[in-house]
Amino acid sequence: MTDTTQATRSVIIERDLPHPPEKIWRALTQDHLIEEWLMKNDFKPVAGHSFNLRADWGAVDCQVMAVEPNKTLSYTWSAYGLESVVTWTLTPTSTGTHLRMEQSGFRADQQQAYQGAQGGWPRFVAALEQVLARIE
Amino acid sequence: MDFHPDALFKTLSDPTRRAIFERLARDGELTVHALTGPSGVSQPAVSKHLGMLTRAGLVRNRREGRETHYSATPQGLAPLIDWVKLYGAFWHDRLDRLESLLSRMDR
Repeated sequence: MTDTTQATRSVIIERDLPHPPEKIWRALTQDHLIEEWLMKNDFKPVAGHSFNLRADWGAVDCQVMAVEPNKTLSYTWSAYGLESVVTWTLTPTSTGTHLRMEQSGFRADQQQAYQGAQGGWPRFVAALEQVLARIE
Repeated sequence: MDFHPDALFKTLSDPTRRAIFERLARDGELTVHALTGPSGVSQPAVSKHLGMLTRAGLVRNRREGRETHYSATPQGLAPLIDWVKLYGAFWHDRLDRLESLLSRMDR
């Protein structure tokens, strides 16, 4: 591979949802609702707030970067050597909301950066691969 | 350090080998003897599995006196890990759950 260590890639997922932005915002920002679809957490919609997302395979360290109610939410996402940023964008449409999730900052050289190599992350990868298997 | 993913997949396809690898990743350095205890697998079989894990770059060993100590080298998994692909699948799954939650919420 040449000249890819500085290149970053993103995961972008967009969905049109038949719900108003205010309702989706609650699901994205209230800790008990986040737990239902993402992971256990101590999230607060306050810029600068540090929080964890926790699952049986380990934890993700996060910090809230930007909060604009019903419009945008971003937080850092650090896990197993991966330093990334997750950004949610909500745009009202005639039928509900266009929801966009972007996780950015995947650098090629982070493939090697396994800081948390103490057993948790192989389970993390296994958990992700189970998800992958169900989808494909 | 030039390993082929095929060898990695083959090595990890065996549940006993995965268990040995996870144990080493979790508990740190161990001898064959310590690994044989709880596994329910014979010592020669554990040694054979360790040999395959070592050749696949997932385990390294260190001799000390008459004992060989084994430890995990999880960075050997690097060729298998594509964060973008894994997180893509992860978020698709979580957004399905989000949609399901939204449909259950009142307003």
